[in-house]
Amino acid sequence: MRRIGVFCCWCGSNIGGVIDVPRLAMEALNLPAVAFSTDYKYMCSEPGQELIVRAVAEHRLDGVVVAACSPRIHEATFRQTLERAGLNPYLLVMANVREHCTWVHPDDPERAFAKALALVRGAAAKAARTEPLAAGTLPVTRRALVIGGGIAGIQAALDIADAGFEVLLVEREPTIGGKMVLLDKTFPTLDCSACISTPKMVAVAQHPRIRLFTYAEVVGLKGFLGNFEVTIRQKARSVDHGKCTGCGACWAKCPARVPNEYNLGLDRRKAIYVPFPQAVPNKPVIDRRHCRQFTRGRCGVCQKVCPVGAIDYAEEDREWQERVGAVVVATGFDLFEWAEAYGEYGYGRYPDVITGLQFERLANAAGPTGGKIVRPSDGAVPRTVVFVQCVGSRDEAKGREYCSRVCCMYTAKHAWQVLEKIPEAEVFVFYIDVRTAGKAYEEFYVRARRAGAHYIRGRVARIYPEGNRLRVVGTDTLLGRPVEVLADLVVLATGMVPAAGSGELARILGCGLDKDGFFQEAHPKLRPVEAGTAGIFLAGTCQGPKDIPDTVAQGSAAAAKVVGLLVREEIAYEPTVAMVDQTRCTGCGKCRAVCPFKAIELVTRQVRAGTAVAERVVAEVNPGLCAGCGNCTVACPSGVIDLKGFTNEQLLAEVDALCL
Amino acid sequence: MVRYAYYPGCVAEGSGREYEMANRAVAARLGLELVEIEDWNCCGATPGHNTGHLLGLALPARNLALTSDMGLDVVAPCAACYNRLVTAQREIACDPELQVLMGRLLGRDYRGDRRVLSMPEAVAAVGAERMKALTVRPLEGLTVACYYGCLLVRPPAVIRGDDPEDPRLLDDLLRGVGATTVDWAHKTECCGAAQALPHEEVVLCRVRRILEAAVTSRADCIATACPLCHANLDQRQARVNRRFGTDYRMPVLYFTQLLGLAFGLNPGELGLGLHFVPTAELVRKIA
Repeated sequence: MRRIGVFCCWCGSNIGGVIDVPRLAMEALNLPAVAFSTDYKYMCSEPGQELIVRAVAEHRLDGVVVAACSPRIHEATFRQTLERAGLNPYLLVMANVREHCTWVHPDDPERAFAKALALVRGAAAKAARTEPLAAGTLPVTRRALVIGGGIAGIQAALDIADAGFEVLLVEREPTIGGKMVLLDKTFPTLDCSACISTPKMVAVAQHPRIRLFTYAEVVGLKGFLGNFEVTIRQKARSVDHGKCTGCGACWAKCPARVPNEYNLGLDRRKAIYVPFPQAVPNKPVIDRRHCRQFTRGRCGVCQKVCPVGAIDYAEEDREWQERVGAVVVATGFDLFEWAEAYGEYGYGRYPDVITGLQFERLANAAGPTGGKIVRPSDGAVPRTVVFVQCVGSRDEAKGREYCSRVCCMYTAKHAWQVLEKIPEAEVFVFYIDVRTAGKAYEEFYVRARRAGAHYIRGRVARIYPEGNRLRVVGTDTLLGRPVEVLADLVVLATGMVPAAGSGELARILGCGLDKDGFFQEAHPKLRPVEAGTAGIFLAGTCQGPKDIPDTVAQGSAAAAKVVGLLVREEIAYEPTVAMVDQTRCTGCGKCRAVCPFKAIELVTRQVRAGTAVAERVVAEVNPGLCAGCGNCTVACPSGVIDLKGFTNEQLLAEVDALCL
Repeated sequence: MVRYAYYPGCVAEGSGREYEMANRAVAARLGLELVEIEDWNCCGATPGHNTGHLLGLALPARNLALTSDMGLDVVAPCAACYNRLVTAQREIACDPELQVLMGRLLGRDYRGDRRVLSMPEAVAAVGAERMKALTVRPLEGLTVACYYGCLLVRPPAVIRGDDPEDPRLLDDLLRGVGATTVDWAHKTECCGAAQALPHEEVVLCRVRRILEAAVTSRADCIATACPLCHANLDQRQARVNRRFGTDYRMPVLYFTQLLGLAFGLNPGELGLGLHFVPTAELVRKIA
């Protein structure tokens, strides 16, 4: 006969303010198998937990029901309490009488009480059928994969490698550095962006424990926490980086001209190219989509002029299969494609309407104009520059409601740069709010205002050409009047969106995306650098718009989580997993078909078949991957899979207690 | 012969007379039978919805109910009438309680189950091939600035057709009969609409900009599909010139007048003699 203890929590007034908790505890005593019950104001507090520990000892309890909040809040807490009391932690059942009861029915205390009692009845019935479960352990591959070589990935890779573990860093572009290395100066310090990021890029390239794969992507991931198998595909660079000296003869002679994505289309590059002077690795690749040797079958100039014979048109893509224990996703962001959405700003047809990142490239000495801020249309120096905030952010009509977090700051920076570099310039910034939430950010913005930037609170309704200038039609909502500015250059602060290919990568990794397509964190406040899938971590703007300080912080945070994982040789897994009775399994595979976590395989095993032992194909659950969802237990036509911690018997007993 | 219910609107026999003439003439050529709704009432336009939300819906709703009775889709050539009919239809369709209320207010059962088309939509439905086949005098050498105004394309959630920032329907129709259309930024800039009476200055300023933009884009004329836009751009052009000391002489034609000319109809039957800004020179250029 089981001896279940029922512990009813008031949760302050959350539960106690709606139902009579002492009465709940009293009625619980009448339930079958319940040997003890009590109530307390805050069961999760130290005295509350002590109550449980003492009661287990005094009343020889062998199972515990806690009627309180959602198990998502305190299941882990009370499992530990049971352990301290000397009980197996899986002899706990929680009855959620808060989120599922008093918080939903605050105006109907009588029926809320009846419901709470019913929930406790069900929980007690289940508790009476719990059995001790033992967490198992799995070995850990002590190597990490970092996907994305921007500043988030770079920081994470360096931290993990410095802690003593090998890191595979996979970057899609021919160079690492991400968006940060394209910037000119960074707020609020106006540090030169490349000056602070390139040392880290070089550190990555030279680190003995970091293997860098550039021009490469992750195309497959199998396995589970501590035991992943990743497939990396590296595009053929067509240049042997071992022989290449980076002399530049090849790109000097290349006849092809391609819009340069590193200057956001403001100029052209060659088909064989190094993205920018500070690239790591600083060796060229051939963009085969635009190289005449590949598109027309005729050219070969680079091969002819290469002094060391490094060009290899026959090179093929390469694949690696590697084992890792943890994955950090640091794939960064792209900018909102404003030209497709904003007809009111010309659909991208006016060359002097540019994005903030294009402005960065103009201001950058390594950019297409050698650092001179000039109009793309005619190369003239603009005297009146208008900045428009929130283009593709905070805009429900364009499908992006969130704030992109960095644009107020970088626009203030750009405003300052115009006023500093162009004498007699006039700067107008159309804004909705100005958000300056970091250290020294407000002071930075005020400095831009004091330098002369005119901030106008209102959105821009239209931009259209007038002569060779642009008429910007907006509103000053503080004055309550329409405002029009004739501008020479208009800079749109376009919103951050998840990097192209995020959807496909999420699918490969088995990660979720949030409503805006950013990688979904496990908990928005308490677990910001963990993905929903165990062993996969997130860092940087792939998880949501943020600035460089927060990106670097997340890079290190993800690294800390990874190191915490890799430092162990084994990890425990939750024992609430599905289990197959292989002696009765027919090997039909229906369970495997419905498992969302790919945790079930069909294997050949020696199983007992009656009095003999035979070799049969049966289903087997990988406890490391199994998330305990229970799909398989429903799908199995023979009923031979059961879910530990939620067995058929336990659940049926719970239902009976509720309904009969 | 494609049959449509026809909702002429108040201006059809008044200030929009030439639009009505051109529509009828072109419809006949295109094989569109326009059956005027018996006992139609004013759609309410601006005064309707400004006076009361329910009134603004009930007035068009009655016409929609009549159209339902006819079992035909309805063409509303005036952009405001079109906008009100579609708005009322959508709003009532989304609210079952409103539907019941409409029934009570109208004293009859309301079903908004027929499609509402603007005049450009109805013409476009005929198909580019047929239009080409009917073109006997292609408008080659004619440069047109297509002016849509606001009600044909906004609000985008209600009028789900053309791109509200850069609509193409009129441009496509006129290019289909050989004209060149300009890419200009004032396609949908408001002309000032009904402010012509209480705040004429607003209209004059806005009309001036539109005319200036049309001139800058080297258009020979402006094409429109809304009688109020037409009134502001055509009738008030002289006032604009007097007010600002400008010398605009930009003919403003209804798009069906231009189509009619391309189809070989004679200017008289298209109402081209009724404009304030003379059209004779333009017509001669085409002929």
